[in-house]
Amino acid sequence: MATKTILNKEHINKIELDQLDRKERYTLFGLTVPYLALVLGLIIIPIGWLFYMSFIGRDETLSLENYERIWNSKAYFRIFKTTFQISILTTLICVLLGYPLTYFMSQLSNRWANICLIGVLIPFWTSLLVRTYAWLVLLQKKGLINSLAIDWGLWSEPIKFVHNTSGTLIGMVHIMLPFLILPLYANMRTIDKDCLKAAANLGATPTRAFWTVFFPLSLPGLFAGLLIVFVLCLGFYVTPALLGGGKVIMAAMKISDNIELYFSWGAASALGVVLLVVTMIILFIASKLVSIDQLGNRS
Amino acid sequence: MGILNNTVSETQIKLKDRIWLYFIALLILFLLVVPSLVVIPMSFSDSQYLEFPPKNYSTRWYENYFYSIDWLQATWTSVKVGVLTIFLATPLGIMAAYGLVNSNSRLRSILFPIMISPMMVPVILVAIGLFYFYVQFGMVNSILGLVLGHSLIAMPLVLIIVLSALNNYDMNQEKVARSLGASRLRAFFEITLPQIKFSIISASLISFLTSFDEVIISLFVSGGDNSTITRSMFLALRDQIDPTIAAISTILIIISSVFLILTQTFGSPKD
Repeated sequence: MATKTILNKEHINKIELDQLDRKERYTLFGLTVPYLALVLGLIIIPIGWLFYMSFIGRDETLSLENYERIWNSKAYFRIFKTTFQISILTTLICVLLGYPLTYFMSQLSNRWANICLIGVLIPFWTSLLVRTYAWLVLLQKKGLINSLAIDWGLWSEPIKFVHNTSGTLIGMVHIMLPFLILPLYANMRTIDKDCLKAAANLGATPTRAFWTVFFPLSLPGLFAGLLIVFVLCLGFYVTPALLGGGKVIMAAMKISDNIELYFSWGAASALGVVLLVVTMIILFIASKLVSIDQLGNRS
Repeated sequence: MGILNNTVSETQIKLKDRIWLYFIALLILFLLVVPSLVVIPMSFSDSQYLEFPPKNYSTRWYENYFYSIDWLQATWTSVKVGVLTIFLATPLGIMAAYGLVNSNSRLRSILFPIMISPMMVPVILVAIGLFYFYVQFGMVNSILGLVLGHSLIAMPLVLIIVLSALNNYDMNQEKVARSLGASRLRAFFEITLPQIKFSIISASLISFLTSFDEVIISLFVSGGDNSTITRSMFLALRDQIDPTIAAISTILIIISSVFLILTQTFGSPKD
């Protein structure tokens, strides 16, 4: 009889504890609700609506008209080609410039590395428009780069750098480079220097130690940076719009033109859906390769 | 040239074998930092054309800016929206981070990707989605619409910063406080908050800068009296190159640098 009451009490205790536990879980979940509501209301629902709009044709009925137009039109094909070309080239140049700089930073003492890091963060936190404007000033026909090059005899006629592909590329590389360097640097700092010492001890030349030990260990950081740069390039708007001078039309610009100039929501949203799907596929691959919070971590 | 034979790494690599790396790295660093600074001398040019270096110096473009009601109003809008973004994005981000850290890992793995989705979706899509939404509710060209849009893209940054601070923090300290009779809220404000305050300061500064520098959402959802400075700058740059932009750019560089210095000094307790 006595043991039964004790069991009963334990049982009641358990129910109460479970209730408290549940209450705690609901409270904690409740804390995330305002955030989630904002994301749901301002991103997920509007984008769901864009998705729906992309399947509505000119006669207000469901159709694949918008997608057919993208698929069949030479103009859209050219836009996709330009978007991918510019994104791939920008990513490639960022890797070629960013890797040596980040490697250099990873080899420095903490103090010097932090000074270099500030050098990377200054452009990162400078407004996109300011940087694009600066390149507009530097690259134009009478700009600093042309006048210096002519003074030094590198070329004799001013070269047109802005309002074309080369200007767009230069501006985009400058803007994207920190996005490659920051995740790569975070990764390189975690590489154990003893591994390189061990390689050297076993007779590897510095070049061999780098390629067989350091480089493979830095690949996760490189992939994280490379993918974030590529994805950002795909949806990039400001720099190509200002430095491309209307000659470099990327997907994001076409979406904006469709809405601002032609009020054509169907065409804009179909293009938007394609852009979103491509972005999501790349990010999905990325999340399999690296931890997701490394992507887009700005500081 | 004895210095060239100094070793520069723990694996006895000599400076002369590495000098090319130093050269390339410093050149790239130079190309990262210096080009933006060109706008500073430009802003003091007397000429209407973008000559570099300027032949004569003057402050006429700054006068242009400070006497222009449009530019001042746009600046004021941007500052207002930036400050309001801090007050919306930071608390929501902190609450979400706290909820996420203390909930089980399955829930976390579902919620986290949704929460950082504003960072993953191309901004142009966020912008046109918001534009459509605001048209329905008459919120185009409103301060509220801008603040909501900017908070949306600032929140994931707050979340990531506060989350990484909470991951390095021992939640058992809060349990101790609560076992001594403090409520959960009190335990958070008196025990946890003081220990993660540096991350919160960085997060709010970053929220402000994110909002202040944002172009694409502003381009679509702001206008009229509530046009932001970035929107006005973008339109000015697209239409004609007015050296007033150089003066404004210089002011923006100063603001960003001040914020960067603030995050570096107040945002990190160590190093």
